[in-house]
Amino acid sequence: MNEAKRKLLNKRYRAEANFKLFGQIAIGLALLFLAVFMYKIFSKGYTAFQKTWIVTEVHYDKELMLIETDNPSLEDLENADYYDIANKAMTRLDPSLPEEDDRQLIQMVAFTYEQEVKNHLLKNPSLLGKIVPIRLTASDDLDQVHKGNYPRDIPEEDRRVNDYQLKIYDMLNERGDILSKFNLSFFTNPDSREAELAGIASSFMGTVFSILVCLAFSFPIAVLAAIYLEEFAPKNKFTDFIEVNINNLAAVPSIVFGLLGLGVLLAVFNLPRSTPLVGGITLSLMTLPTIIIAARASLKAVPPSIREAALAMGASNMQTTMHHTVPLSMPGTLSGTIIGLAQALGETAPLILIGMVAFVNTIPGTPVDPAASLPVQIYIWSESAERGFVEKVSACIMVLLGFLILMNLAAQIIRHKFERKWN
Amino acid sequence: MNLVLISLILLLGFSSYYFGRKKATIIQSSQRLTALPKFYGYYLAIWCAAPALIIFSLWSVFEPTIVKNFILADYLDQNLTKNELQLIYTKVKALALGTYTGDINNFLDNSAGKYIQIKNMANNAKIVIVLAALILSLSYAYQSIKKNNRMREPVEIFLKWVLFTASLAAVLVTIGIVFSLLFEAIRFFQSVRIFDFIFGTHWYPAKTFVRDGQPDPELMKDAFGAVPLFAGTFFIAFIAMCVAIPVGLLSGIYLAEYATRKVRKYAKPIIEILAGIPTVVYGFFAALTVGPFVKEIGNSLGLEVSSESALAAGAVMGVMIIPFISSLSDDVISAVPQNLRDGSYAMGATKSETIKKVIFPAALPGIVGSILLAVSRAVGETMIVVMASGLAANLTANPLESTSTITAQIVVILIGDQQFGDPKTQAAFALGISLFVVTLFLNVIALTVVKKYREKYE
Repeated sequence: MNEAKRKLLNKRYRAEANFKLFGQIAIGLALLFLAVFMYKIFSKGYTAFQKTWIVTEVHYDKELMLIETDNPSLEDLENADYYDIANKAMTRLDPSLPEEDDRQLIQMVAFTYEQEVKNHLLKNPSLLGKIVPIRLTASDDLDQVHKGNYPRDIPEEDRRVNDYQLKIYDMLNERGDILSKFNLSFFTNPDSREAELAGIASSFMGTVFSILVCLAFSFPIAVLAAIYLEEFAPKNKFTDFIEVNINNLAAVPSIVFGLLGLGVLLAVFNLPRSTPLVGGITLSLMTLPTIIIAARASLKAVPPSIREAALAMGASNMQTTMHHTVPLSMPGTLSGTIIGLAQALGETAPLILIGMVAFVNTIPGTPVDPAASLPVQIYIWSESAERGFVEKVSACIMVLLGFLILMNLAAQIIRHKFERKWN
Repeated sequence: MNLVLISLILLLGFSSYYFGRKKATIIQSSQRLTALPKFYGYYLAIWCAAPALIIFSLWSVFEPTIVKNFILADYLDQNLTKNELQLIYTKVKALALGTYTGDINNFLDNSAGKYIQIKNMANNAKIVIVLAALILSLSYAYQSIKKNNRMREPVEIFLKWVLFTASLAAVLVTIGIVFSLLFEAIRFFQSVRIFDFIFGTHWYPAKTFVRDGQPDPELMKDAFGAVPLFAGTFFIAFIAMCVAIPVGLLSGIYLAEYATRKVRKYAKPIIEILAGIPTVVYGFFAALTVGPFVKEIGNSLGLEVSSESALAAGAVMGVMIIPFISSLSDDVISAVPQNLRDGSYAMGATKSETIKKVIFPAALPGIVGSILLAVSRAVGETMIVVMASGLAANLTANPLESTSTITAQIVVILIGDQQFGDPKTQAAFALGISLFVVTLFLNVIALTVVKKYREKYE
């Protein structure tokens, strides 16, 4: 073999190695992005599962609460005045502060502090007249300082927490009067304008209702349609037309379904705006083609011998289908349905169009109450300028991703455990 | 009221199933049955519930319009516009329900009384007619059971019709999309010339906001030029494709040709996770991490970078699309028959040469199809652009500036309360139909190409 040929051969081998390397780099890039993405979300979001409290003492002073009777009933306590004692509980932290600067201390806790003082007493009425320790929700700015998400070294006028408040915070922290515990209220509170009080309960219920409505509408229709197309439809132009329709619908951008929901469900049928009912129906139109395609694929996978055997035993076409083919195809159909629902779970744009982006600070109890949904909540919070919402968004994303993983896992398990392999 | 009626119908339906089945066992004692006893039950139940429910739903659909026409007939001689009539009707309804708080005049009061009267009459008539239909059809069905007619066939034919109706749902959805978009879009094009919309270069719908009366037609002409949006849409899609095609295609090729079974088993589903992440999450990521990152790099190079740049949105969108291209091209490449490869190897070609010169050309139609599907995906993507690329419609080819897309503008216009009849709202539907047409076009081509390709090797 002469020199030139060897050179050429080496060149070809190098090209081979390079090409393989490019492929590996491409896969590596995709995986790297996924890793960076997950890392960013988790490192930003995990702190949202911790909540910060300030511990102070409150004196349930009957005179300040304007209670006149000796043995006040629960109703009296309900109607008592908590403003003064709640403020006193905060100013107690620094008695040297002149009275006109009270707000500086009060701003360190969430604006619901008066309510919290009240609820504490209503839970234990025997505390009346006593001086007791109480923990109050810290304001989101302080919360962020405590979690180290907020820079302390920038000039005072650029900060939401001033030097005096930082001094008090450091003092409390040294005394161990800053508590940090699991943030249950993130899961039980509805949305709020204040980051320290905002929770996902309302949007979570909105999501649950939308998905249930979506399932109730899309699953039966899709399965029936798939049965017809796969088992009964004659081969003609109209059937082809239906098929082309389904394939195209599967690729229509989700926002177009939002426009459909707005133009038909809201404008023509006058269904209530901003509700999971409308959201669920809109999503179900979107999920319909996905489930039909999955159901057809799993019907197709049932071998003809099953049908032939049933027909040979004298079953009618309908009986063969309903008693044998459909039950055997169910695992595939169900896992396809779950995957379709998982897609619907993450949809945002169509829900925004039908008004599920409204600020909702109550937890919806039925599908016809106004609600948001988890992805829309992510959008709403991420548009908010307040720093405390960044970790809330990340935490909300973690919850959403958790659900998606669970659903996909369920689809996998159904597929592997119950689907029969025909050989 | 309606719920009670529906529950009653359903309850009767269920009980007639058991009744029919029992009747069959009685018939069985004297003559041979024509079908299994349960079909007698099904037959009776279907005849009991189906006609009643159909009449019920038709009635419920048409009743409001008819009642409305009755009420508004009194106002026809007053020469009122459609909106004024609608307002009067809303007032009458509120008055009848006792929720009205405005001024009450005699005329309105009369109408409200009439409304209550008609509504009551309609309700009673509905109950009577629905129940009459139920009894009639039930007795007909009972007669044919008694005669021991063939029972299985009618039940199965009914079921088949139910299945057929369900399969029409997809067609109905398509019709619904086309009509709802067209309806509003046509009204939009009555106030804005279609030429100005397709070729105008200024998109600034907020300009047309006027408190009273009609907006100035001169303003309208200049406010709804969609060229910046079309350009922005394809620009961002182009950036996304610059990321997604190389990475997606190379990963697809690697997975199909080089990867060991084990690598393939794990790498493919992990990459597909990228497609399962909700787009709003990508949007957050693009706005919070990628945007500032791009800006920092640009600034350190001395470039002017907007913090909401087309580049950030496009790049993140590209990452989202990687799995579409990689999975589809993996499938397509795996479907290329082995004998093509063997032939190439036998000629002494290396693996990469085989891929480049034999497999890739053979798989090209399928790959093109998958890329077209990915483009249609990118064109229809909404949340990433809304959150990461700004909302001002700039006509620019600079990836470092912010641009807007068709989808993002639809969201901008329709977020919050919408007024139907407002040219801004109608503009969103006009944008929607252009989006629908573009994606439909891409999908149809892609699906045809892929289908042709599949047939070639099957």
